[in-house]
Amino acid sequence: MNLALRDIRHNLGRFLLTCVGLSLLLAVVLSMIGIYRGLVADALTLARAPGADIWVVESGTRGPFAEASRIPGDTREQIARLAGVAVAGSVTFQSIETFHRARKLRLQIVGYEPGRPGGPAEIAGGRMIARSHFEIVADQRTGLALGERLRLGRDEFTVVGLTRNMVSSGGDAIIYMTLLDSQALQFELAPPAARREKARGAAGGGIDTVNAVLARVAPNASAIEVAEAARRWKHLSAMTQGEQETILTRSVVEKARQQIGLFTSILLLVSTVIIALIIYTMTMDKLKEIATLKLIGAPDRRIVALILQQALAMGAIGFGFGAMLIVSVKDYFPRRVLLQPEDGLMLAAAVILVCVLASGLGVRLALKVDPATALGS
Amino acid sequence: MEPRTALAGPDGPRGRAVAPLVELRNISKHFGAGETRVDALRDVSLDLHPGEVIGLLGPSGSGKTTLLNVIGCIVEPSSGWMRLDGETVYDEKWLRHDLRALRLEKIGFIFQFHNLLPFLDSTDNVAIVLDMARVERGAARARAVELLDYLEVGNRRNAFPASLSGGEAQRVAIARALANRPRIILADEPTAALDSQRAGIVMDLLRKVARDQDAAVIAVTHDEKIYNRFDRILTLRDGRLDGEEREIR
Ligand SMILES: Nc1ncnc2c1ncn2[C@@H]1O[C@H](COP(=O)(O)OP(=O)(O)OP(=O)(O)O)[C@@H](O)[C@H]1O
Ligand SMILES: [Mg+2]
Repeated sequence: MNLALRDIRHNLGRFLLTCVGLSLLLAVVLSMIGIYRGLVADALTLARAPGADIWVVESGTRGPFAEASRIPGDTREQIARLAGVAVAGSVTFQSIETFHRARKLRLQIVGYEPGRPGGPAEIAGGRMIARSHFEIVADQRTGLALGERLRLGRDEFTVVGLTRNMVSSGGDAIIYMTLLDSQALQFELAPPAARREKARGAAGGGIDTVNAVLARVAPNASAIEVAEAARRWKHLSAMTQGEQETILTRSVVEKARQQIGLFTSILLLVSTVIIALIIYTMTMDKLKEIATLKLIGAPDRRIVALILQQALAMGAIGFGFGAMLIVSVKDYFPRRVLLQPEDGLMLAAAVILVCVLASGLGVRLALKVDPATALGS
Repeated sequence: MEPRTALAGPDGPRGRAVAPLVELRNISKHFGAGETRVDALRDVSLDLHPGEVIGLLGPSGSGKTTLLNVIGCIVEPSSGWMRLDGETVYDEKWLRHDLRALRLEKIGFIFQFHNLLPFLDSTDNVAIVLDMARVERGAARARAVELLDYLEVGNRRNAFPASLSGGEAQRVAIARALANRPRIILADEPTAALDSQRAGIVMDLLRKVARDQDAAVIAVTHDEKIYNRFDRILTLRDGRLDGEEREIR
């Protein structure tokens, strides 16, 4: 006779209600962890997509994400000639805001040279950019569909491909276009004064500037050494992919990461206390029954099983519902909620541990209950 | 196991030649120490014989519950000697470690308030005792139903305690106390929650059990109307058994 099950069945409504409460709590915890992971992952997607080994940027800057960086367009050829470099490509990055179909769109525009590093890592639908002008690959988060036309500056672009989950560290969806188109767009959207300067070729080599050059090194070459070599040009600075990622997570999203990380920790702590309290009170509510069980000769094993099984059932059901809930709503969040199986497993393990510990507290008390308390009045 | 038949014939259960089921010698029990010391039992010696139904009287605080708890191996005496069903279980200290198993094996409890488990129906409230004793479920439930019928609450076998009347609940509780065929039945004010008519019925049931199972029943009571249902009445005063024990029958 499973006492835990019998007791649950007898108080099913109350048990389920508690489970629902617990699952909501755990859903919030899971979503916070997912938001945290999403923030870090988003921060890195833009930098990881090209699959570069080295980022060459303007000297004295930690560009192009943490700080602004401008380098001449011909830098790519210099870098490509360095020993150990397999392939290099110029890229531009700019944030723009535009209206499309009466909707505000915030976009991160990436200009790259098709066939060279800097483009999308993979296409979720459609194709890569094939023509040198007026084609874009847009992320699904822009809401744009294949074949749809988008006006940017003076030109109209056609969506030929779609990516998934490509956003900037600020959460703006990414649009890829050719380097030439992006340079033209940068020029058009620049303030009039700067534009006049640029046209005269005054600032930074006219219209042909880029924000960074990406390089992949040959299989047996060392990225650190190549970066070292690139830094010998006075106007250039270089960092490895690892350094770039560190800058992104440590500087660009550091505050947000800490904020969410701290909140997640607090939430975990609060949940621990709440779960412990729920389980503990659940045990306390049963002290009289436990005393009776002891009086009629139930071994401790049966009493421990009663409490532990209920605690675990509650934890498991709460976690299960919570996980299901968050999985089904995560795509409605404005920013990515990245649910990693290992995080889920960790949380599940933590919940089970808390349940066991909390019921351990209850069990300790229950086992100390004097069976005589059931006797008499 | 078939119900044992009283050795001393149908009418008189006083098989004094038969070994007592419960023997207490000079049992004392005090709680606390120094200023707060309470002597709940002082030098209590008594024998309970198979088939006997004994009433335990005494003012509040005189040690009645404590005495039942001692016999039931729930409370450890402070000194003395005690033998249950031929086995010496206490001699200045417990001689058995698995007191709960001992209880399961030898002792049935009936509480003042029925203390049924609220989440089990009548049948399972009885069957659980057998479940603890590793009786197979089908057999346990069959025995439970049989007991409920015997106590005339068979019609309530699927009801949960919350929906039972006081008398029904008490009878289910008695069925539970009898499930493992104990030979020592301890009842703490079993009829306090019942009207006198039902109290009489419960006492008759206990008599029937004592006779059918050859068990010793000791019941605490304040209810003068049922004094005549006992074979003997013991009176506790300040933890001491009164010298004169009234022979009722
Ligand atoms: N666990 C305990 N700790 C301390 N003192 C106790 C304990 N149990 C009982 N006592 C004391 O022992 C004495 C006898 O108590 P007991 O419960 O046996 O009385 P009783 O005869 O059953 O009374 P009542 O008729 O009110 O139920 C009382 O003075 C009581 O306060
Ligand atoms: Mg009492």
